[in-house]
Amino acid sequence: MRLLAFGKLSHLNVDDLAVPPTVTDTDALRRFLGQRWPQIAAPEIRIAVNQTLVQGVVPLSPDDEIAFLPPMSGG
Amino acid sequence: MIRVQRQPFDAAEELRAFMARAGEGAVATFIGTVRAEDGVEALTLDHYPGFTEKQITALVSAMIDQHRLAAAAVVHRFGRMQPGDPILFAATAAPHRRAALDALAELVERLKTEAPFWKKEQRGGIEHWLDVPRASDEASPERTLP
Repeated sequence: MRLLAFGKLSHLNVDDLAVPPTVTDTDALRRFLGQRWPQIAAPEIRIAVNQTLVQGVVPLSPDDEIAFLPPMSGG
Repeated sequence: MIRVQRQPFDAAEELRAFMARAGEGAVATFIGTVRAEDGVEALTLDHYPGFTEKQITALVSAMIDQHRLAAAAVVHRFGRMQPGDPILFAATAAPHRRAALDALAELVERLKTEAPFWKKEQRGGIEHWLDVPRASDEASPERTLP
């Protein structure tokens, strides 16, 4: 799994974290990362899976790219 | 045509390239620069490579369809910029001026509020992230991505 974080989350080293195999959906991933960085589990943080915004709980595969997106501030 | 890039752009060169494929009628352009309001010393834009381009491409395609444009272009910078630096080049082309001007106004407005960028301002040597589109840009309604 490739993890990315942007904006005010960009300083978190999410890509260094080994995600356990028990994490198989976005909800579990949020909870797993939230143990270390509570701010990533905040409801305002949206998730994109393979560059597509998702809502609700979405299953994840080991080769997915998951991005955590704080509210966007526009161009 | 859209590009998201770190390096400065040459607005005259962008316009020349756009004119070459704009067709006859009207071409409208907008160049945005970083403002120094309220003591902003620097502005840094973070973006999600690939995703940001995809969202802007979708917006440009929607403007082309909605306003029946002959062409549209966006060049948007990311990275650290100083007040006065060019940050956005946008252009629209249509057979008639009204469509080109209306489309350009809507395109720029929606880029300001919907484009997937995260902004960090530096004031007094201290940087802080902005969570929402800046309210100082007229009375534009805040929009969010679907």
